[in-house]
Amino acid sequence: MIIKNKAVVSDDWTILRLSENETPESVTVPVGKIIVPLKVWQAQRATLQNRAERGVWLASNERPEELKGEVEKFDVIAVDFPKFADGRGYSIAYNLRARLGYVGELRAIGDVLRDQMFYMQRVGFDAFAPRPDKNIHDALKGLTDFSETYQTSLDQKLPLFRRVKRDGIATAGSTNE
Amino acid sequence: MYKYDVYDHQIVDERVAQYRDQVRRRLSDELTEDEFRPLRLQNGLYMQIHAYMLRIAVPYGLVSSAQMRMFAHIARKYDRGYGHFTTRQNLQFNWIKLEETPDILADLATVEMHGIQTSGNCIRNITSDEYAGVAADEIIDPRPYAEILRQWSTFHPEFAYLPRKFKIAINGAAEDRAAIAVHDIGLSVLKNEQGEIGFRVLVGGGTARTPIIGSEICDFLPWQHMLTYIESIMRVYNQYGRRDNMYKSRIKILVKAIGIEEFKRQVEADWADIKNGPGTLTVEELNRVAAYFTAPVYETLPANDPGVALYKTENKAFANWLQRNVKPHKIPGYAVVVLSLKKTGIAPGDASAEQMDVVADLADRFSFGELRVTHKQNLVLADVKQSDLISLWKEAAEHGMASPNIGLLTDIICCPGADFCTLAFARSIPLAKMIAERFDNLDFQHDIGEIELNMSGCVNACGHNHVGHIGVIGVDKKDGGEWYQVSVGGAQGNDAAIGKIIGPSFNFQQMPEVIDRLLHVYVRERLEEELFIETVNRIGVTPFKEYVYATPINVEDTVDKDAYGFIEKPDNYTVQRKSRF
Repeated sequence: MIIKNKAVVSDDWTILRLSENETPESVTVPVGKIIVPLKVWQAQRATLQNRAERGVWLASNERPEELKGEVEKFDVIAVDFPKFADGRGYSIAYNLRARLGYVGELRAIGDVLRDQMFYMQRVGFDAFAPRPDKNIHDALKGLTDFSETYQTSLDQKLPLFRRVKRDGIATAGSTNE
Repeated sequence: MYKYDVYDHQIVDERVAQYRDQVRRRLSDELTEDEFRPLRLQNGLYMQIHAYMLRIAVPYGLVSSAQMRMFAHIARKYDRGYGHFTTRQNLQFNWIKLEETPDILADLATVEMHGIQTSGNCIRNITSDEYAGVAADEIIDPRPYAEILRQWSTFHPEFAYLPRKFKIAINGAAEDRAAIAVHDIGLSVLKNEQGEIGFRVLVGGGTARTPIIGSEICDFLPWQHMLTYIESIMRVYNQYGRRDNMYKSRIKILVKAIGIEEFKRQVEADWADIKNGPGTLTVEELNRVAAYFTAPVYETLPANDPGVALYKTENKAFANWLQRNVKPHKIPGYAVVVLSLKKTGIAPGDASAEQMDVVADLADRFSFGELRVTHKQNLVLADVKQSDLISLWKEAAEHGMASPNIGLLTDIICCPGADFCTLAFARSIPLAKMIAERFDNLDFQHDIGEIELNMSGCVNACGHNHVGHIGVIGVDKKDGGEWYQVSVGGAQGNDAAIGKIIGPSFNFQQMPEVIDRLLHVYVRERLEEELFIETVNRIGVTPFKEYVYATPINVEDTVDKDAYGFIEKPDNYTVQRKSRF
């Protein structure tokens, strides 16, 4: 089960993580819906791109620009959070969406927890695989912690001050400048 | 000052609800302590040696009388009747129970306050000039920009889990009173030759383990671009700042590693597609926010009040206070008053609930209901009629807030140190107290004149030791003892400089004598009217170093006098150090 488009849904993608004795070149990618590491995609692109369903995941120290010009090949791109306190994934997501034009499923994987998901959804994630030891229905609540935000991000192209009429005060006294 | 609209209220209220649920989940063990730690830190809650500490944001140091009364209420209801004003213009309570923190934050929300992002690896409280709006040397009032930055940085989704904490300071006057050179980003508001408003942007300044003055990344950034340009700085840092070693993770290390030119190139490359985008500030928004910072309705008054002029000839204590604690105001007949929280015997920056109520009353009666917290841990009444100075002085003195020591030796900047903080190697509050007692003689202090003595209990340098004229820092000597390194020649402001370490460290008991010897060299060497820092700059560090180390410093055994009221110090005192935070 994952969270996608703000609902708990079943999921049939498998995430491939290399074990120590496997290399991107030699690892056998099973048939079916597999989200492969970026390095495996780059090493085996010639065969993998002929598959019907393609997924790739980025580690937090990998650059989204590595996928420049081919993001549209993927049904899903995932970004791994090795620890929830590693915030690089937020900028990776932003760049995938805003700079590389990716519009498909963008999934947060790894140490994904309820209390970070509101921010994750703001920078462009629309799918979340919460850590398996956590209750996924509980995690879903994290997407609705706030109903307003001040600043622009992927989900909100206009800052609050351009979106709404904010109250000011009628000024009394002289100005300060 | 700024007032919340319906959106500000909603966002802060939703934060309280979110946090209340997080605490509930922690207490029921749905959240582990490791998972909860960054959540509580981003609400200002630290675990200290004795209890939780709650840090409340005082945006750019501005606080209303109603807010100050709420601090007093919290001090009484949830703490031990006092609070501590910090070097980042915030307020800390040191004896807090986790279970009560949601209620404290709910109470704070009723007066438009919170603990959001006062800790954690995120953008922290924006700091500014404590004399903003009233300083005679002001070019542009920085507060509207600080408030706009506060809102922009609040819950910024992309920058909540940065490599390390991130501090922004903004100054708008000829003199830098916001220490912009030692911040992750330092902004100076200025006007260019065409009269347009913009910022000089410094990046990568800081203190702590790697004290360094910030580098200029932009000499004039038009104000409209403030938010998008900072967004790009943050994005480059978030992606490339080091995360493998917390001591190398601040932006200054990144800027130093790749050089300011390369850093600037990366920032401008990132900025290219958001520059002029929807994140660009509008005149309407700037005007909306700036309208909250217009000056109060001043009376037309004579430039100098005759009553004050007469009284100061009759009363030396008042004259001393006038000289040290009262600053010029740009409006004739008004004055800026600094209420000293540096009374000898009290921890620098501490205020009791009673004092908080008193200053709230003083603010209502004498200064349009507003106060400021200074980064030197004092309070300011910014708009006082000169004709009120005598009554104000008497009342402040009655409540222990009129020590005439602003800018003098006993106006010590000091972090909480090892009495409270799990990071500290050594105590700083008892040391400050011991030094203050040694040099309590006011005539001596006035003779020494302006000097900044800044002390930190550890390398994190919360007490701004690197930029103190004399800096003292607790160092880790592995033996569990308390050792202090001393630097001279640091400075804040326009001529910001990092002090130079004079040599091997000293123990707790030796420190007052070390300070005394440094002052001795100054008194011996100074030219007429020369300040301590000017003498240091002229003659260099060597004469100070030579004299301090010339003969051994033997201290008579005053060790076991309990240095600070509520901390019991065992005979074989060793500093308690727990895990971080």
